[in-house]
Amino acid sequence: MDFEFLASTFVTLLKSLPTTLALFAFSVTLGGSLAILIVWMRVSGNPILGGFAKAYIFVFRGSPLLIQMFLVFYGLAQFSLIRQSFLWSYLREPFDCAVLSLALCTAGYSAEIFRGGIRAVSVKEIEAARAIGMSGFLLVRRIIAPIAFRHALPAYSTEVVLMMKSTALASLVTVWDVTGVAQRLISQTYRTMEVFLCAAAIYLFLNFVLLQAFALLEFYLSRHRRAPALNSASKLA
Amino acid sequence: MSDNLPLSVRNIRKSFGTHEVLKGISLDAQQGDVISLLGASGSGKSTFLRCINLLEIANEGEIWVDGEQVRWHHKGGRTRVESQKQVDRIRSELGMVFQSFNLWSHMTILENVIEGPVHVLKRPRAECVAEAEALLEKVGIVEKRHAYPAHLSGGQQQRVAIARALAMKPKVMLFDEPTSALDPELVGEVLRVMRALAEEGMTMLVVTHEMSFARNVSNRVIFMKEGLVDSQGAPESMFGDGASPAFRQFIGHFGH
Repeated sequence: MDFEFLASTFVTLLKSLPTTLALFAFSVTLGGSLAILIVWMRVSGNPILGGFAKAYIFVFRGSPLLIQMFLVFYGLAQFSLIRQSFLWSYLREPFDCAVLSLALCTAGYSAEIFRGGIRAVSVKEIEAARAIGMSGFLLVRRIIAPIAFRHALPAYSTEVVLMMKSTALASLVTVWDVTGVAQRLISQTYRTMEVFLCAAAIYLFLNFVLLQAFALLEFYLSRHRRAPALNSASKLA
Repeated sequence: MSDNLPLSVRNIRKSFGTHEVLKGISLDAQQGDVISLLGASGSGKSTFLRCINLLEIANEGEIWVDGEQVRWHHKGGRTRVESQKQVDRIRSELGMVFQSFNLWSHMTILENVIEGPVHVLKRPRAECVAEAEALLEKVGIVEKRHAYPAHLSGGQQQRVAIARALAMKPKVMLFDEPTSALDPELVGEVLRVMRALAEEGMTMLVVTHEMSFARNVSNRVIFMKEGLVDSQGAPESMFGDGASPAFRQFIGHFGH
């Protein structure tokens, strides 16, 4: 074991960690917001909005993320309309293209996850809210969204972990994230095993932290489903 | 015509598809009236209650709450309310208690009770909490205010649901079979709370199968049959000589 090489590899890879984290943070935030918009269209009851949302979800869940990313990065540049528009200052940047395609893709998956959460909200609890005079956005904000989010959380945490791993694809459109830098190191040293093991360890660590955070959030948000501490103690006695 | 009455309902009709559930029902409630709605299942009594607080929109008829008429118009066999704002306000003036409690599972007991006053009526939180605790005290459950609904028995949950409805300071309380989902030994605690409310002068409309409540607490009994009022009157006459043959047969099932 060449610990010196491993250590220097780690140091090099960790320098690209901010890029990976930025890819992740931007795409999850943007994708999550877009997912809320899509799921709102999906459950709006309006046939045109609903149809658009269905088509969106089908396209972005049904095709490979890598191809979507290539289409955004290499494909859009072919249209002079886009090259001449204000969008070009973003779309010529590999990082922005990677964030865009990651966000578009996760929005499709997350929208379906959120929809599952909404469907799991009890009609009776919604009816009770209507009965005290809630409707529209107030009803969504106070009753439907909090309950739906709790139902959706386990599935959504999986989607977020997948996103962390999917940022590695950005290396294929010339973004120097952890995976991209790892590949550069390998082409310089030909030591595939050590370098990729180091990269994998970094992703494992990131996802470990992420999963712990989600587990904590889930624990905090499911107090209402646990027996109160006092009762469980008296049951044991 | 309906001035000053807490609740006045004129000729309500409601169909689901081709099935007409309510075939023209009217009702006037004076301040302090406790009206029991009785009838076999399928007679339309729950639908009637749901039409009153607009969870179902009637196909025909008029509803007046405290002198204000619900505005709607009929078009192509469908009824459309004119203002969702008015619907929300009318609903907030009618307290609804459901058969299966329908508490919000993710909120504590106290949060359930203050939700309406704080977020619908937009009143100061501290004031609402004080009132909510007084209400929970009244229904005998204040020590559980930081527990969640799932940690309570059915009877306790229903008493919380009553407190939640009362927190809106409703003009009329509507009860949709409030004790039907309860174990027999829990029925009494809910009925006691309802009886205390009646004695305070709350106007109440109660769909129930509790004959003792109809007989001893309410001042008017309405018996529904197949979407119509079969007979109505004071409990003494309804449960005495004034009973219609259909009502006599109905209460026969309950051992009267």
